[in-house]
Amino acid sequence: MFNKDRWREIIEVLTTNVWRTIFTAFGVCWGIFILIVLLAAGKGLENGIKQDFGNIATNTMFMWTRATTKGYEGLPMGRRFEFKINDVQALRDNVPDLRFISPRNQLGGFGGNNNVVRGIRTGAYNVYGDYPEIINQDPMAVTAGRFLNYNDINEKRKVAIIGQGVKNDLYDKDEDALGTYIKIQGVNFMVIGTYKKNSSGGGEEGQKEIFVPFTSFSQAFNRGEDVGWMAITANDGSSISQLKDKIVDVMKKRHKVHPEDTRAVGYFDLYEQYNRVESLFGALKGVAYIVGIMVLLSGIIGVSNIMLIVVKERTKEIGIRRALGEQPWSIKKQILMESIFLTLISGMVGIILGSLVIFGINSLLDSIGPVDMFMSPSVSVGVVTGALTILMVSGLLAGFIPAQSAIRVRPIEALRTE
Amino acid sequence: MIEIKDLHKSYKMGSNVLHVLKGINFKVEEGELVAIMGSSGSGKSTLLNILGMLDGADSGEYTLDGVPIKNLSETKAAQYRNKFLGFIFQSFNLINYKSALENVALPLYYQKVPRKERQEKAMKYLERVGLKPWADHLPSELSGGQKQRVAIARAMAAEPKVLLADEPTGALDSTTSYEVMDLIQKINDDGNTILVVTHEEDIAHMCKRIVHLKDGVIVEDKKVEQVRAEQYV
Repeated sequence: MFNKDRWREIIEVLTTNVWRTIFTAFGVCWGIFILIVLLAAGKGLENGIKQDFGNIATNTMFMWTRATTKGYEGLPMGRRFEFKINDVQALRDNVPDLRFISPRNQLGGFGGNNNVVRGIRTGAYNVYGDYPEIINQDPMAVTAGRFLNYNDINEKRKVAIIGQGVKNDLYDKDEDALGTYIKIQGVNFMVIGTYKKNSSGGGEEGQKEIFVPFTSFSQAFNRGEDVGWMAITANDGSSISQLKDKIVDVMKKRHKVHPEDTRAVGYFDLYEQYNRVESLFGALKGVAYIVGIMVLLSGIIGVSNIMLIVVKERTKEIGIRRALGEQPWSIKKQILMESIFLTLISGMVGIILGSLVIFGINSLLDSIGPVDMFMSPSVSVGVVTGALTILMVSGLLAGFIPAQSAIRVRPIEALRTE
Repeated sequence: MIEIKDLHKSYKMGSNVLHVLKGINFKVEEGELVAIMGSSGSGKSTLLNILGMLDGADSGEYTLDGVPIKNLSETKAAQYRNKFLGFIFQSFNLINYKSALENVALPLYYQKVPRKERQEKAMKYLERVGLKPWADHLPSELSGGQKQRVAIARAMAAEPKVLLADEPTGALDSTTSYEVMDLIQKINDDGNTILVVTHEEDIAHMCKRIVHLKDGVIVEDKKVEQVRAEQYV
């Protein structure tokens, strides 16, 4: 099938009318190019959006308390309650498959007053009382010093890890922050580390946070046993969306909340949001495929057309060859192979051009720095193999009708054509 | 070698039916050189097409080398054509993007002869028609006579039982025509059976037997004294 003569013939036929071949090839090339570029753009958008999620563990929920909306066990509705520190242990005991449970307390917030002072400089920042596990749920890169550890928790050390943004505000450019003190709502904390978050969406806000040990926070700011809110991450095998009802139920029971009170425990399921975004990108990919394949289809029809013309032009030659005893199947195979060859080659050119464009965009993105909601567009090897398979099949389809018409010509009629 | 009995063929031309062959009976022995003559419309080309399995008869029998030729599938017909017949056309019908050697090798390719052997064999036949130095030339670089000689070499390459020539000299001047006929005579001298369709008297007389067709029937079938083309070359 793949002998030298057949290949020579294919090349000869396709090079007799070079410009026609090139224009035909362009149709397929363009189609596959569009397909590749669209898929890559979709991927770039996906990467960009996912980057905005940062490295936050996506299998995570956040939970806080609100006023009850139903009376229960003699308690009135409209009652406010707080999570307590021993709720954490209760959750660990009652709900398996939870990886991290981080109780958190918070000072400051959006539009808050200045709450941190260092010398003559002040600033308004989010101050969190946290356990060391939080770095797994809300990842950050520690750029100097260290993060919180359990000695800090146990000994209630007044230490703080500050964001790069905080450091820029409160310190001189070349100043070393480690070992210095900052005053958070009148209480001195020693800076033991600085961090930088690489989530681009968190932006400024994400860099202007201060983390202190949960226990020190509770003591310094009079929170007692209270827990402001919790960040809960499930094990990799299980989804937080399925566990959240159980978690909320445990909390309701412990705080004497009516089991049907849906408002008392508030939560935000990050996993569900993430899944929604995921399915959006699934749809986007589908659209890219449909558009790409539609464009490709018109290219393939072009190939089919040209092959019909080639067959028409070669009617006489086909007649001669059949008179000399070539099998009809052999002629059909020849036409099919020409068609597949043409589609494959032009498709490969399309893939290469597409890859070059993607490469160009990537190096452009690299040189101008990060762009909002768009990052490293790319196509996988799987997509390229898929595209090549589509090309093979479409080449076959494109050649099918012309090949059929080639063997329908009776040699006698073919030889009569002058 | 060839035996046909009561062969009929008609073509539909719109609403008219054109009865081209009206019962042909005809026999060719091995080693004969037969000229089929007739004016245009006499049915000689149709007869040749049927003999060449390029066209089917409406009724009648056709036996080639003991094999009945009837209701052949295209695949089978292609196989028989390749094995039994060699064609020489008026317009040469060489494949114009292939060199002389490749053209000659073509029937062997369809027989799936390995490339090397094919080339050697093709070269042998090219040498026999005196065109070895032109082996690598494309048909467009050859003269009419040379083209026809390549076509003859091609027809013989597969070593067929019968050579069918449709007006082999129709597109050539008389000197070249005689050269081609000389070649055909020499091939015949080696024992090959050849049928030549022509409307030229002098060409017909260079054969050993002349069959006259008129309005779809054989009106005359006679053996003639062969005129050697050599003397005119």
